[in-house]
Amino acid sequence: MERLTGRLVQMYGNIVSFLRKCIFYILSVGLIPNHIAFIMDGNRRYTKRLNLMQGAGHKVGYSALMSMLKYCYELGVRYVTIYAFSIDNFKRSPEEVQSLMDLMLDKIEELLREESIVNRYGIRVYFSGNLKLLNEPVRLAAERVMLATAKNSKAVLSICVAYTSTNEIVHAVRESCEEKWDEITLLNSSGGYVPDESDHLIKVTDIEKHMYMAFAPDPDIIIRTSGETRLSNFLLWQSANCYLYSPSVLWPEIGFRQFLWAILNFQRIRFYFDRKRKQL
Amino acid sequence: MLFSLHFSLPPAITPLPFKPLSHVPHHHHTLNMLPSPPVLKSPLCSTMEHFTLNHHGKEEGLDGGVEVDQTLPLGLRRETMPRHVAVIMDGNRRWARSRDLPVRSGYEAGVRSLRTIVELCCKWGIKALSVFAFSSDNWFRPKVEVELLMSLFERGMQEDTGIFFRENIRISVIGDLVKLPQALQELILNLEETTKNNTHFQLIVAVSYSGQYDVVQACQRLALKAKHGHIEPSDIDISLIEQELETNCSEFPRPDLLIRTGGEFRISNFMLWQLAYTELFFAQSLWPDFGEAEFLKALLAFQQRQRRYGC
Repeated sequence: MERLTGRLVQMYGNIVSFLRKCIFYILSVGLIPNHIAFIMDGNRRYTKRLNLMQGAGHKVGYSALMSMLKYCYELGVRYVTIYAFSIDNFKRSPEEVQSLMDLMLDKIEELLREESIVNRYGIRVYFSGNLKLLNEPVRLAAERVMLATAKNSKAVLSICVAYTSTNEIVHAVRESCEEKWDEITLLNSSGGYVPDESDHLIKVTDIEKHMYMAFAPDPDIIIRTSGETRLSNFLLWQSANCYLYSPSVLWPEIGFRQFLWAILNFQRIRFYFDRKRKQL
Repeated sequence: MLFSLHFSLPPAITPLPFKPLSHVPHHHHTLNMLPSPPVLKSPLCSTMEHFTLNHHGKEEGLDGGVEVDQTLPLGLRRETMPRHVAVIMDGNRRWARSRDLPVRSGYEAGVRSLRTIVELCCKWGIKALSVFAFSSDNWFRPKVEVELLMSLFERGMQEDTGIFFRENIRISVIGDLVKLPQALQELILNLEETTKNNTHFQLIVAVSYSGQYDVVQACQRLALKAKHGHIEPSDIDISLIEQELETNCSEFPRPDLLIRTGGEFRISNFMLWQLAYTELFFAQSLWPDFGEAEFLKALLAFQQRQRRYGC
């Protein structure tokens, strides 16, 4: 009896998967976004709403994340970025921060396993952010994953931890200044020309190449769940022309419906955008 | 942040529930729930020493015009009004096209809309309003249109100079102004200089501006300081960059609320750094149609939001 139930569940899963692939096939007639970013908001509210144990919302949120990643990579989205932990989140209670760090460590180590999603889809993983702010086990695990997946080339997963956009920009500016500083010092010492006041020492390209997210193109869609409509210091620089989608579901509740809606709207808006540009 | 539960006067009507970014295109409907407040339109330049939240629209007799009770529309709370509102004024051309009017009419209607919103901000206690008048990307529009916009700016500034003085409004213009016509540049500098001591309200006009441009120019200034030995590259941090951003002309450089009209869900390279924690509100109506009712809707929605700043 149990084996029959198991078989039925498996068959159901296969049918759903097949239908989904059909839908993705139809969608790929239109433009597929190259890069989607997620702000995974609403885990604590989910816990509270369903009266669950502390931290349960984040665990359910993790499986929601796995589903969304599966949809993205099946559709053919090459870059996915997730806002896992902001520098501002360190302001939360030490117990909460610690439990989030523990969850992250656990899940990062899962990525290293054979059957994990990164191997299934050939994903290269990056951890973007000020990793020095993380505790050592998490940082080391992150570095191990980055090394282990460095040769993967089918898709990219960027996990933003200890990240804020303003911190990213400050870091990029500092690095650009230091680079120019060294250049100027070198030129001066070798008797090279000294740039005058009107020279633009720093250009956009200098800053961009030192960003934590320099390896990825700008996102096409930023999806923030739980109905909050703000960026919360996420990808500010890169979101200049990005479509912002803010469904009201909490992150653990996000599903295929919201994903499909985001893609359809992206395609509709892009079509209008391109037409407007051609008109100019 | 829990909303004030000690609020004794219950609003006579419940504000519309905020539907965050409903993608089913909802038609712009007027907020006809408000009874028209029986309040004299108080002169904007009156010194507003104290504000009373008065739901029944009581008016005080104008005692020599010095102190007048300011009233907010039903539902708005004084203590959670945004201090700085930013607006992307999108939809002027579509507005004109939908009425078979030339593009010029669309922009002129947009200017009228802006005047209305500035007046409302002054009345409702908002201290600063930033408007995205002309983006760095807009330079790529047809030359005729760009020239039209430049002449509209010039005319607007000249015509409204009197109002700025009367209403104690400070004007600041941010952006890469060297690309503007010389006459306009001079007019801007002059207007900024003569209104710089006005304190009641600040209107920040972003012309030839983009968020990335602002960050880059801040970095260039810091790089120059580093080159001259005033600072070390390692000294560069968030506050140093913020001091160099063009919005440092304001007491409140970071907008609390950004409103984009015209139905598009993007920032289009407006103030990127400053919008880190800004609440975003996307309105379907086109800018010339964005009036008091729509603005009220945006403010009510803002006041219902819970701002956690990562905590």
